[in-house]
Amino acid sequence: LSLLLLLLLAACATCTSEITFELPDNAKQCFYEEITQGTKCTLEFQVITGGHYDVDCQLEDSDGIVLYKEMKKQYDSFTFTVSRNGTYKFCFSNEFSTFTHKTVYFDFQVEDPPLFPSESRVTALTQMESACVSIHEALKSVINYQTHFRLREAQGRSRAEDLNTRVAYWSIGEAIILLVVSIGQVFLLKSFFSDKRTTTTCVGS
Amino acid sequence: PALYFHSGEREEKCIIEDVPSDTLVIGNYKVQQWDIHKQEFLESAPGLGMFVTVTAPSDEVLLKKLYGPQATFSFTSYMSGEHIICLQSNSTRLTAFAGSKLRIHLDIRVGEHFLDEAVAQAKDKVNDVSFKLGHLLEQIQHIHKEQNYERLREEKFRKTSEETNSNILWWAIVQTLILIFVGIWQIKSLKDFFIAKKLV
Repeated sequence: LSLLLLLLLAACATCTSEITFELPDNAKQCFYEEITQGTKCTLEFQVITGGHYDVDCQLEDSDGIVLYKEMKKQYDSFTFTVSRNGTYKFCFSNEFSTFTHKTVYFDFQVEDPPLFPSESRVTALTQMESACVSIHEALKSVINYQTHFRLREAQGRSRAEDLNTRVAYWSIGEAIILLVVSIGQVFLLKSFFSDKRTTTTCVGS
Repeated sequence: PALYFHSGEREEKCIIEDVPSDTLVIGNYKVQQWDIHKQEFLESAPGLGMFVTVTAPSDEVLLKKLYGPQATFSFTSYMSGEHIICLQSNSTRLTAFAGSKLRIHLDIRVGEHFLDEAVAQAKDKVNDVSFKLGHLLEQIQHIHKEQNYERLREEKFRKTSEETNSNILWWAIVQTLILIFVGIWQIKSLKDFFIAKKLV
């Protein structure tokens, strides 16, 4: 089991960590990753539900230098090359919001330099292996595009459901207000004329 | 190179995984505890366990187990939707004393198996390629499942939009009718009232 874990954690040509989490209002959530020098990394995030669908994001390197800082962004993708070894930190902040929770998705890809040096000999089997590897890479990018599409659809659906509830409540509310106000007007007007007979005669003379 | 984040000692951290049905989700984590005396994170956290709770979209609990400081958990989704995976430590110390932080390394894999693991087990080249092909087939099946799920979600999205559209139309008609009828009723009622009071 420990060997399996080691393989899972250690051996991957392109490691992708993607997490969807809920960020409560006035909260900040930070994530850390240890990266070695020379690797190319991509951080991508998208807000799926909540309020105006925006979040603050900040990426710092191991010395605290801010590499990327954006306020109230709905979606962004940032690629950078690691200049020195260390722990990189990126934070999502919903501190500007008073009561909306946001669901944030982020995707942090680390591309190591290729593990297997290219072999010079070309045999049928090696070609098959390399075909497998290139199909694998292509399928990975298909999955990537699928994820993007899924997130955008989730965001659109969240907005549509919000709109539907708001339209329903507002319409019902308006109809009730309409009825109450117009019936109330008539009764109010009637009440002006029914009680004060004596006062109208006083005003008349 | 797993991702990690900090959490309070008794805090529950949850992540959301939107997966199609019959999908295997494997998660592995490692927890480190902050040592107040040494002012750094201990390499391991003996005695500390983590409650892993997985909730299905129907609010049914799929998995609720206590694991050690380092473990791998997995579950298979029965229905498509948002599954919530929560991690909480079993620390029983009071919140005032439990001011120490936890560092949680987390890695969640959805519907994937590992190319390298199978390759490492391969005895010869033919086996190696057949393992790779098996892995590719699994990947394609995963993509296929996701596409199906996406189709269902898009249909739900379209239904919601069409419902909003018809809602707006219907309520506009209802409100106009209310306006007309109440207006007629108002004038009629006041006219009868004034005639009765001999003011007109």
